[in-house]
Amino acid sequence: MTGVSCPLPIGAYDHVVLGHGSGGRLSADLVERLFVPTLGLDRNAPLEDQATVTLDGGARIAITTDSFVVSPIFFPGGDIGRLAIDGTVNDLAVGGADPRWIAAAFVLEEGLPFADLQRIVASMREACREAEVRLVTGDTKVVERGKGDGIFITTTGVGTVPAGRSLSIAAARPGDRILVSGSLGDHGVAILSVREGIALETELKSDVAPVIGLVRALLAAAPGTRAMRDPTRGGLASATNELAVASNIGVRLVERALPIRDEVRAACEIWGLEPLHLASEGRVMAIVPPQEADRALAAMRAHPLGRDAAIVGECTAEHSGIVSLVSRAGGERIVAMLAGEPLPRIC
Amino acid sequence: MCLGVPGRVVDAALEDGVMMGRVDFGGVARKVCLDHVRDVVPGEYVLVHVGFALSKLDEAEAKRVFELLAELGQLEDIPPEVPEGFR
Amino acid sequence: MKFIDEYREAATVNQLTSAIAAATTRPWVVMEVCGGQTHSIVRYGLDALLPAGVELVHGPGCPVCVTPLETIDRAHAIAGQPGVILCSFGDMLRVPGSNGDLLSLRARGADVRVVYSPLDALTVAAANPTRQVVFFAIGFETTAPPNAMAIALAKRRGLSNFSALVSHVLVPPAMKSILDSDDNRVQGFLGPGHVCTVMGTSEYGPIAEHYRVPIVVTGFEPVDLLDGMLRCVRQLEAGRADVEIQYGRAVRPEGNAAARAIVEEIFEPCDRGWRGLGTIAMSGLRLRAEHRELDAETRFSVGHIATRESAVCISGRILKGLAKPCDCPAFGTQCTPEAPLGATMVSSEGACSAYYQYGRRKGPAA
Repeated sequence: MTGVSCPLPIGAYDHVVLGHGSGGRLSADLVERLFVPTLGLDRNAPLEDQATVTLDGGARIAITTDSFVVSPIFFPGGDIGRLAIDGTVNDLAVGGADPRWIAAAFVLEEGLPFADLQRIVASMREACREAEVRLVTGDTKVVERGKGDGIFITTTGVGTVPAGRSLSIAAARPGDRILVSGSLGDHGVAILSVREGIALETELKSDVAPVIGLVRALLAAAPGTRAMRDPTRGGLASATNELAVASNIGVRLVERALPIRDEVRAACEIWGLEPLHLASEGRVMAIVPPQEADRALAAMRAHPLGRDAAIVGECTAEHSGIVSLVSRAGGERIVAMLAGEPLPRIC
Repeated sequence: MCLGVPGRVVDAALEDGVMMGRVDFGGVARKVCLDHVRDVVPGEYVLVHVGFALSKLDEAEAKRVFELLAELGQLEDIPPEVPEGFR
Repeated sequence: MKFIDEYREAATVNQLTSAIAAATTRPWVVMEVCGGQTHSIVRYGLDALLPAGVELVHGPGCPVCVTPLETIDRAHAIAGQPGVILCSFGDMLRVPGSNGDLLSLRARGADVRVVYSPLDALTVAAANPTRQVVFFAIGFETTAPPNAMAIALAKRRGLSNFSALVSHVLVPPAMKSILDSDDNRVQGFLGPGHVCTVMGTSEYGPIAEHYRVPIVVTGFEPVDLLDGMLRCVRQLEAGRADVEIQYGRAVRPEGNAAARAIVEEIFEPCDRGWRGLGTIAMSGLRLRAEHRELDAETRFSVGHIATRESAVCISGRILKGLAKPCDCPAFGTQCTPEAPLGATMVSSEGACSAYYQYGRRKGPAA
């Protein structure tokens, strides 16, 4: 172990590896053991995807920032531009804010065809229109060929927080139900399905979409909702583990209840991956008090993006900080966060 | 070892002297080498490991496991037991 | 999914666990050979569903776990050479060598690419004619025909920039090595289902007979594993020691002759070191002399490989079924999937990884 002035080794590495960006254990470690202490942040504050700040005068705004480095930049069902807008909108939405304004910074690699850039920016315009947000400012930089994967986009999103709204990933209580708005892992599989070396033929598309409409419907029907998350990198496994740790409760998921498309199941069988570790980009995980769970479910199912919504588990006083899954076969096991990036296996 | 996944053969053809075919795994498909199961016909199921079909799946044998279980005589519905807590 | 869903149904699982309980009158120790079986057992919590007297020990059937450290280090050294593209199954990327893993090598600039199929490595070789493409050919008998085919095709197509680093291992010698060991406790086996789709069951008869152990060739789904367990327990209770096929939908006694033929054309048996188990005679496969020009070991001179194993890691004992992951002082503390000390924690079917991922902080209740 080293002293407080030096960053602690993250896992076994002394340098960044891809796994640090996967939204799993390594990512969490990087934030907790390097960023938080070095920035002097409160180690006990739950790690939320957006921050709420109060203006002089009492109004509250939510701020979020995100970087988009997806490869390929055009994937089945979307592209990096749409992902950038929807991802930012969704971070604000699941925090309980109304997304309003986005700033976008582009890092372009020398050689990126204008046609591609045009397509991406047009996609962002359309995504803004759909999500009812405005792209208000931006920045552009260019890096040498080989130093950027075509294009990286970093966004800052700002939204307004209605008076009295207070959601927190630390607020879940035993008995609360876990809901998801639809099928899990579609985006993750869609991206991997076109990856060199492991590609599969499938009609499956990314589920990338702005969830603000769905969230509004949910919160109107279930105002007691404790918190929401969009299960992106690291999948539902990461989202529920963060919940369990932040709220110091246990989570028990029921495998039979998880909405998972056949294509996602089949792809995961072939690659040896777990659907719970794969990203969704148009889904909401919601933690809802038991007496509001049915209304919450009905509200989600009534929305076009929530047709396959389901109650997939509950919070429990047992095994605090741990997520378990009751498997289809009847046994129970723990759902751990993925260590690093999802790697297909042959064994 | 050996992640093997069942899939349905969609087509089969010789490519450069090697028997290849598309196998459907239920919504996802992949080109698979069928050279080790050359007598396979479209519609049959194969077991696929690292992109190679190693064996044809026998439906009659597959049913056998369940038939033997039925013979055990334990046909009542036993509610699934969730082990206490977890370990 | 057909041929999968029905093998995961809780009702069927319960029928089987009841049947096993009814059949068991004495304690038994059974080993499941294959790492994929270990993974499935822990993933579905199946050993916790067995009656108290029946103990499952996890065998060495994880080719990732048993690949010798020297071979891992050699793969790393080759990947580090300028211009080389190393193609590997995903499993190998996080296996720690003496100095880090392939992932950290990639972070430092090595061109390491994950492939699902050995044929994908051929595609890379064809697409990059001016670069050396090395395929890390590991696995048990199941993966030998696909790997052999890729090597055969590379030759046939004149892909002179393609070579293979071969580290194949065979199951029967490993089983015999375990049974020959003085502290062996294993009384029966769940045999390797997918290995036997290729090899058939003929090699296992002599083992069953000589050592008086039942060997039930078993599949990988919960129903398969419990059905295999039931048959094994029944044999043990009856004092029988036969080879039986549980996984009949995929395994034929004669195996797959076409698959074996390509293996015999490309590979030949050799002595092989197993990480954690030591050298076992004639327990591996290497390229035949006439194919040596495709051998990455001779094509790349990487100097002397000095290996350094973790002093704490007890993978060897775990692979023999003599210890459980939670018996290891480093388990879950010093040794985790993010910072593994040995291969059994890295490989997703290594017993340590399976135990960790699926929450087995203590053993299943005896």
